[in-house]
Amino acid sequence: MIYDPIDIALLLGKIALVFFVILTLAAYLVFAERKVLAWIQDRKGPNRVGPFGLLQPLADLIKLLTKEDFRPIGADKWLFYLAPAMAAIPAIMIFAIVPFGAPLTLFGHTVQLQVSDLNVGLLLFMALSSVAVYGVALGGWASNSKYALLGSIRGLAQLISYELSMGLSLVPVVMLARSFRLSDIVNAQAGCWFIVYQPLAFMIFLISIAAECKRIPFDLPEAEGELVAGFHTEYSGMRFGLFFVGEYINIIVLGGLATTFFLGGWHGPFLPPAVWFSAKVLAFAFLFIWVRGTLPRLRYDQLMHFGWKILTPLALVNILVTGWWLVLRG
Amino acid sequence: MYGDCYPDMETYLFYILAAVAVIGTILAITEKHPVHAIVYLVSSFFSLATIFFLLAAPLIAMFEVIIYAGAVMVLFMFVIMMLDLGRTDEAGRPVLKQWLLPILLGGIILASIGVIAAGYASAPSAPGAITVRDFALTLFRKYGVAVEIISMQLLFAVVGALYLGRRRTP
Amino acid sequence: MKILSDIAALVTGMWITWKHIFRRPVTIQYPEEKRTPYPRYRARIVLTRDPDGGERCVACQLCSGACPVDCITMQSAEDKDGRRYAEWFRINFSRCIFCGFCAEACPTLAIQMTPDFEICKRDIMDLVYEKEDLLIDGCGKSPDYNYYRHAGIGVTQPRGSGAEEKPPVDVRGLLP
Repeated sequence: MIYDPIDIALLLGKIALVFFVILTLAAYLVFAERKVLAWIQDRKGPNRVGPFGLLQPLADLIKLLTKEDFRPIGADKWLFYLAPAMAAIPAIMIFAIVPFGAPLTLFGHTVQLQVSDLNVGLLLFMALSSVAVYGVALGGWASNSKYALLGSIRGLAQLISYELSMGLSLVPVVMLARSFRLSDIVNAQAGCWFIVYQPLAFMIFLISIAAECKRIPFDLPEAEGELVAGFHTEYSGMRFGLFFVGEYINIIVLGGLATTFFLGGWHGPFLPPAVWFSAKVLAFAFLFIWVRGTLPRLRYDQLMHFGWKILTPLALVNILVTGWWLVLRG
Repeated sequence: MYGDCYPDMETYLFYILAAVAVIGTILAITEKHPVHAIVYLVSSFFSLATIFFLLAAPLIAMFEVIIYAGAVMVLFMFVIMMLDLGRTDEAGRPVLKQWLLPILLGGIILASIGVIAAGYASAPSAPGAITVRDFALTLFRKYGVAVEIISMQLLFAVVGALYLGRRRTP
Repeated sequence: MKILSDIAALVTGMWITWKHIFRRPVTIQYPEEKRTPYPRYRARIVLTRDPDGGERCVACQLCSGACPVDCITMQSAEDKDGRRYAEWFRINFSRCIFCGFCAEACPTLAIQMTPDFEICKRDIMDLVYEKEDLLIDGCGKSPDYNYYRHAGIGVTQPRGSGAEEKPPVDVRGLLP
């Protein structure tokens, strides 16, 4: 296999672009969330740092970086230090498989606007999202604090349960696209978005990703009313910042995946593909913020009941119906 | 390509990953604390998955991560966190008598690896990456009956779990 | 169908929050934008003077007794003409809870609450106000009240010439 230097340079450029865009977007998503929540509650939100408060993420970053990096007595040192990275890295890595624009032609090379077009892309997403559990679980366990441990146990149970319904809700998508490759899935939606064929699967996937990124109404692992701050109670400074930013990266990435699987990815009329893709992702981010401003938190037994007794059977029935429909259609 | 005699990047990657897998597994066995053992085992699974990926079996690599690292080990950790294991640091080392059977089994495995390595001629040329389609056809056409039997077994397990977990009416 | 009513409830909630996004915020941007508190707002405490310009405070200790956090202390003294006053008077605003009990307890309306709530200091010792910080040149909320005009003791006027007061009775003239 001969590697062309231009190909390698383009690949590194794409990785740098994705990192830059995702991290900046995550920081500004925190800002947007504070703003929108404030508007929902008839407040103004952050407006002191810079024009309209636009430099607030920078101020937050400086604050987090200069804070004391505190480790509680009795904490498991290495796992305590590793856990934030374990939570944030899989979230960023998932974006490697998301196609964020139509293929371009640069310097005579066709460039996929996607870091890596794996033929098992969807499975890689499942694998990395199942590994993201470790950050939550080990962070809470290593803190040597009862609140953190309770939060991490809740997080473990919740993430395992909702991963199941998330995976099952993606099976009909694979059946329709006949591929695990994300670019194939996007291209299969050139005519008609899969949300038209699979509204139920879309709803199940939406609810499951809300639970996966631990957002209200599924924020039990960090329920601040009950568990102080859940699994990251004992974290401070930039380690807390990693957990925090990881959560917002997760929102962007899962929004991007929902766009790819159900809303036709970068397909759309008139506007350039990358613009369509970012508009859809931001719409998902807004939806999550809006839901956070509206709904109360579920109780733990309601969460488990909903996941195992409603979402998972619904997803199974949906697979069965889709299978029959595909067979009968021929 | 530089020719077959020179090791390329994938070979170096293989040796690094294999070392990580072996060291991770050894540490997982010798570590006394169960949570640390799980972390070592998970890192070993990751390098195994990457090795599968290098061997042009991406599907197996993904299943390795999803099933073993993402489900089985997480459940182990869940159980460890839920149960109070007491002072795990004070668990005694196994005595010689308990070592006998593992040594015997390990010897058999090492011997068989040695036999295979001695008769090693050349790797059969890989027919290219195994696609999902090939995998699915083999699994559900060729070994369809076995899959059905295993799924029946899982059904029995589910029914058994329901029976054990039902609310007893006095 | 319970699930339909549940979905309707969810949608109603979402619709209400959606409408609130476009509503004018109720926030008041404090340092730039201040609202005037009502005249009876309870904030910084002052000592007022009577219409003649004399101190109202008679150092009776009732305010200090009424204070739930014990932030008021004083030393009473008496003039040559029998008028009582506070030699020193001290309010520790770092302890004061602005409950207004002192103002209610005051018989001479000397101690009063004002709407000035901006009394932050860098040094906590600056929050201990002495008499000269507390005393104002004015009558506060009751402009024409002078305790000694009603008190029936001869401090500002001879006995018997105060308001609502009859001249003193010559007890010997009552003899039969």
